[in-house]
Amino acid sequence: KSQQNNNNYNLLNPFEETRGAKMVALTAEKQDHNLLSRMAAGDGHGENSAYFDGWKAYEENPFHPIDRPDGVIQMGLAENQLCGDLMRKWVLEHPEASICTAEGVNQFSDIAIFQDYHGLPEFRQAVAKFMEKTRNNKVKFDPDRIVMSGGATGAHETVAFCLANPGDGFLVPTPYYPGFDRDLRWRTGVNLVPVTCHSSNGFKITVEALDAAYENARVPVKGLLITNPSNPLGTTLDRDCLKSLVKFTNDKGIHLIADEIYAATTFGESEFISVAEVIEEIPDCNRDLIHIVYSLSKDMGLPGLRIGIIYSYNNRVVQIARKMSSFGLVSSQTQHLIAKMLSDKDFVDEFIRKSKLRLAERHAELTTGLDGLGIGWLKAGAGLFIWMDLRNLLKTATFDSEMELWRVIVHKVKLNVSPGGSCHCHEPGWFRVCFANMDHQTMETALERIRVFTSQIEEESLKLTKQMAKKKKCWQSSLRLSFKDTRRFEEGFFSPHSPVPPSPLVRAQI
Amino acid sequence: MKQLSTKVTSNAHGQDSSYFLGWEEYEKNPYDEIKNPNGIIQMGLAENQLCFDLIETWLAKNPDAAGLKKDGQSIFKELALFQDYHGLPEFKKALAEFMEEIRGNRVTFDPRKIVLAAGSTSANETLMFCLAEPGEAFLLPTPYYPGFDRDLKWRTGAEIVPIHCSSSNGFQITESALQQAYQQAQKLDLNVKGILVTNPSNPLGTMLTRRELNLLVDFITSKNIHLISDEIYSGTVFGFEQFVSVMDVLKDKKLENTEVSKRVHVVYSLSKDLGLPGFRVGAIYSNDEMVVSAATKMSSFGLVSSQTQYLLSALLSDKKFTGTYLNENKKRLKIRQRQLVSGLEAAGVTCLKSNAGLFCWVDMRHLLDTNTFEAELELWKKIVYEVKLNISPGSSCHCTEPGWFRVCFANMSEETLDLAMKRLKEYVESTDSNRLISKSSHERIKSLRKRTVSNWVFRVSWTDRVPDER
Repeated sequence: KSQQNNNNYNLLNPFEETRGAKMVALTAEKQDHNLLSRMAAGDGHGENSAYFDGWKAYEENPFHPIDRPDGVIQMGLAENQLCGDLMRKWVLEHPEASICTAEGVNQFSDIAIFQDYHGLPEFRQAVAKFMEKTRNNKVKFDPDRIVMSGGATGAHETVAFCLANPGDGFLVPTPYYPGFDRDLRWRTGVNLVPVTCHSSNGFKITVEALDAAYENARVPVKGLLITNPSNPLGTTLDRDCLKSLVKFTNDKGIHLIADEIYAATTFGESEFISVAEVIEEIPDCNRDLIHIVYSLSKDMGLPGLRIGIIYSYNNRVVQIARKMSSFGLVSSQTQHLIAKMLSDKDFVDEFIRKSKLRLAERHAELTTGLDGLGIGWLKAGAGLFIWMDLRNLLKTATFDSEMELWRVIVHKVKLNVSPGGSCHCHEPGWFRVCFANMDHQTMETALERIRVFTSQIEEESLKLTKQMAKKKKCWQSSLRLSFKDTRRFEEGFFSPHSPVPPSPLVRAQI
Repeated sequence: MKQLSTKVTSNAHGQDSSYFLGWEEYEKNPYDEIKNPNGIIQMGLAENQLCFDLIETWLAKNPDAAGLKKDGQSIFKELALFQDYHGLPEFKKALAEFMEEIRGNRVTFDPRKIVLAAGSTSANETLMFCLAEPGEAFLLPTPYYPGFDRDLKWRTGAEIVPIHCSSSNGFQITESALQQAYQQAQKLDLNVKGILVTNPSNPLGTMLTRRELNLLVDFITSKNIHLISDEIYSGTVFGFEQFVSVMDVLKDKKLENTEVSKRVHVVYSLSKDLGLPGFRVGAIYSNDEMVVSAATKMSSFGLVSSQTQYLLSALLSDKKFTGTYLNENKKRLKIRQRQLVSGLEAAGVTCLKSNAGLFCWVDMRHLLDTNTFEAELELWKKIVYEVKLNISPGSSCHCTEPGWFRVCFANMSEETLDLAMKRLKEYVESTDSNRLISKSSHERIKSLRKRTVSNWVFRVSWTDRVPDER
């Protein structure tokens, strides 16, 4: 049932029946005489994957500092919860932004009946301005190109419906957000073709990898989907790389879809460059192939309000996506609130500034803690998570080992983190660890648990050393594995860490 | 443009039909009592604008709900983070109870069987994805809501096969019409997966009779197919008769908790009963666990904003409010419908006797030059451009008989409705007198119209200024 063999497939066919799906379908046949669609009866939603065990573990025993201090800490949820207080304050101070308060109820009926799929003009204008602001005002966005959707989830599905027919494929650099498997493929019949990225160059997307994936694809490739800043890596694409991606897709006549949902989560010296900016620098760029997916779920921490945006430079796509937006419009009540909120320039500036500061702080807390424990992580300056390197804790460099280690982390260390295999990472041993969805105390607790875990490993390995020394076995070889990493450290991709031998704790779990 | 999908390049979204083109005309010249008294009056919009005052009063009395607070404390932060596709439990509970109340508390709805969706537009599409493979068909009685062509077929690849209903029996569904539709599907090599009905009906404004409901349940039982009952107008029943839901029939036939009941699904929304289409609140109710499970996951593509769920859970949990609202809503709808019906009568126009909905199904067959859809479109064009009323022609609803129009009454003030009826009366009277003038000049005009109509009917518009409505 584990997904470790994903990397062996060059494409992922949504209708390929896994054993699990076959069993579900058979049961469905018995019960419903094939009355449901394969889509409903099958596994295309992706939630039968073994990776949901982490969520289940969390849900059965969620951490609470007082009620459940031994519960599982949620580090698998990429949410920005650090500025909720600022949001709450603004809402309380601006009752006119609600259509329900005395100050705003005079607009209630107009807003309540407003279901025009163009969206409230003030909403689109405010969102366009916000998008400009989060791209340092280096580029303009046209409010008339803004199309609403049911979160970025809905946006991706709609874009797939518009740009590809069932059986077509999108190139996606690995590792990528696991939700894409559902959002882009489930109901659309579109395939995802992985573009393998390697830790050896910090998981950068290379033209060679793109070419290889494109040439070897077993389906017609219709586009390239990038997430910038990256989920799960947290890295941002530099100008040259972005230009090369635009050129690559333009040359092949395929679409470039840039998911920029984490645009405003950069901190420190990290700079976010939008594809919107880059195309201005490419004079003969075919803009009909350029599309942006955006949302306020991460930058503003408002996932519950379901504000997804499709921004396309292709007029036909704008028109049709807008018609499709009927299937996932933003609640007019929410449009009204957001229009008011994002029009408050002072608030928005302050919010973005504070959000970045707090993200930087929390990121530093986590990474300093990990550094002190000799645990490596990919150097990156955006996102709500870090890409943690636990390769040297794997018994063997396999996804089976990664799963074992993950199970230890979830069930023993009691941290729900996301294993790289779930993100289709080419190499086992990487984990996405979220940090923006918890307070300082919880972070402390999480770090303490990791401290305990690593010290247990050290103890065990010391015991092992003594045993092995007695047997005169050369244990140095396993140490050498980790010393290889110091070269990468010098290249500036990873933080320093002290060599940690393979964990006997993991072996003990078999 | 082979760079785009066939969904984009085809016209399967259905928005080039006359129904939507009328919208364009309205948008260019909308009526306003003061600013544009000669503009087009919107009678093609099935919206309920009669009871906002009741909701606004409730809001004034409930500052916590209005201010997204619980016990005086702002819970905005918590709501902002709530994206669980199972929905707010309090909201689903309140919605289930509201649905029960609408059905006289004769049947129960289990909140765990409710799946929230972004409006019934999304609910219907999601159900199609769950129940039909591309190329499979659902049978729908005609006339039906034009939006179904998009909602049920566009991205799902499903097909619609019409069950032809005629004015000879008030457009009721007959057994022979059902059988014919089923056979027609087989002739077309389409596997029939189910039947979808709207009850109360859009555009007819009538409720399905018990006889029809029994017929439908028996039919799906024998054919082993699904029945989707879109009950979006269930709270707009203003006649003396009670609304009979398909759930009532399942209960009466003692089919609850049987295999058949798992194939019956209800679609609901707050867009019509509460007049809140902007909030995008739709729901699927199904007795089939797998449907609920799959549809719940699919709802990720169109969840209801948590802000909206919270407000409405408070509103619908207030039983005093819901009871008062449902009663008052009925009263006001009834009065407004009566006003439309008498206004039409004064113009010598009759309509199908209705007891629900936000519109009447109006019989203008006697105003047609010929008993054809071309003539219907001619008449419609006149009504839009000359009489300045945007109404919906029956052909856009796939009606098999020309001359019927859907005319809405709940989206305007009494004065505007009065004016609309005056305009219609004037037009009918002038048409009558014109008919007496000369037959030959009439023939001349007819041939001229034929040419202009064909240019106009096939004009394809890429501008998409169409609001999403039913």
